[in-house]
Amino acid sequence: MSHKTYEESKKAVVKGLFLLGFVTLIEVFISLFGKGHIIPGINDITWIAYPVGFIIAVLSIYKAYFIIYEFMHMAYEVKGLALTVLLPTSLLIWALFAFFQEGTAWKARREFVKEKNAKTVEPLKGKQGYVEDTSLFRL
Amino acid sequence: METTENVLHQHSENHGGSWEGAAAPFNISYGKLMMWYFLLSDAFTFAGFLIAYGALRFSSPSWPVPDFVFSTAPFGIHDAPLIFVTVMSFLLIISSVTMVRAVQEGHRENKKGVVFWMFLTIIGGAGFLGCQAWEWTNLIGKENMSVTTNPFGSHIDSGTYLDEKGNATGETFKAGASYLLHKSEEGGHAEGHAEGHHAMAKGDHPNAFVDNDGFIHKKFKLASGPAAGQVQMEEFGPKAFGALFFFITGFHGFHVLSGVAFLLIIMINVASGVYASRKNGYEMVEKIGLYWHFVDLVWVFVFLVFYLF
Repeated sequence: MSHKTYEESKKAVVKGLFLLGFVTLIEVFISLFGKGHIIPGINDITWIAYPVGFIIAVLSIYKAYFIIYEFMHMAYEVKGLALTVLLPTSLLIWALFAFFQEGTAWKARREFVKEKNAKTVEPLKGKQGYVEDTSLFRL
Repeated sequence: METTENVLHQHSENHGGSWEGAAAPFNISYGKLMMWYFLLSDAFTFAGFLIAYGALRFSSPSWPVPDFVFSTAPFGIHDAPLIFVTVMSFLLIISSVTMVRAVQEGHRENKKGVVFWMFLTIIGGAGFLGCQAWEWTNLIGKENMSVTTNPFGSHIDSGTYLDEKGNATGETFKAGASYLLHKSEEGGHAEGHAEGHHAMAKGDHPNAFVDNDGFIHKKFKLASGPAAGQVQMEEFGPKAFGALFFFITGFHGFHVLSGVAFLLIIMINVASGVYASRKNGYEMVEKIGLYWHFVDLVWVFVFLVFYLF
């Protein structure tokens, strides 16, 4: 268990409250900044969403780290326990990249199908059932 | 023989080790260890849902903007993006902190302290549920969002809205601008998004199309994009948004609800002295504490994915 005295841990709790609250406020502020609520028009810059998204993601991960290590006492547990919980979770990083890539691919494929559907093709000339243009066979 | 002696020596050293059942593996009680592994599996469930949200969002050409969707709060507050959910986040953070205090008092075998701080934790959890109930009521009742209908859409290209005669008005929008389809019967509701949505007959109008469910699809002339110059109407937003929102925040809300129920049960047990007689530093309070912090932890990511991005 915690090696701190009772008074020290009480202080640490108050510190944790202000830390989490403060980080949350910063996150909301940065998110609104990226959407153009703080400085109107800033959301027209297309690349602004990337640094904003990155910063709020990092801050959220920091919050998660703090909750797990301080509030859930992972910092005071045996290292093996921490590893059995955290290593499987780290597999999700791969899932994140794989599925976001997949989502982007779905979008591209849908657009491709839409594009193809919009195309009009000249019907083949000549008698029905008879293909004059043999270049088609080269497919 | 030397080797036999070594083997025997090693055996005696191992005797009473973790694998013999004498000491707890990882220096932690069985209950707490299993709570950790339950939470690990639960984390995977939530991660699956949130990653699905991301994949579907990436696959959609347009997506409702959260600071537009979540901009109303009780007491008639509107156009206040993310303010209400920030309050909800604070409620969960505060109740997480009071839970830490309850666990600390448990280590000191202070029964009254545990009950007091658990009670505050329950208030925080119930407050969060109340806020979520209001948020859902507003989305379903006022803004007509459901699992299958998503009236929140966004423009892919820029353009100008049309007036009653079908002529262009001065009301323009940029690519990516958000809109909410209103229902025609909700005459003049005062709260938020006060665009022109008076009662309109069903069917086609020069400035809008009113569908069979009464949703007004405003018409506009596109100014950019491949269909520039064409007249189009506001369509429903991606259907998946409503389903994902209600399913994921609902699943989290259900975790909060069951957390509050377990906190209540354990608080009553604490008060009746069940855990004091066990003399194990109120370990049950520690276990429900782990669960409760996890609920807060998940909210960090639900908040990130649904409201901040």
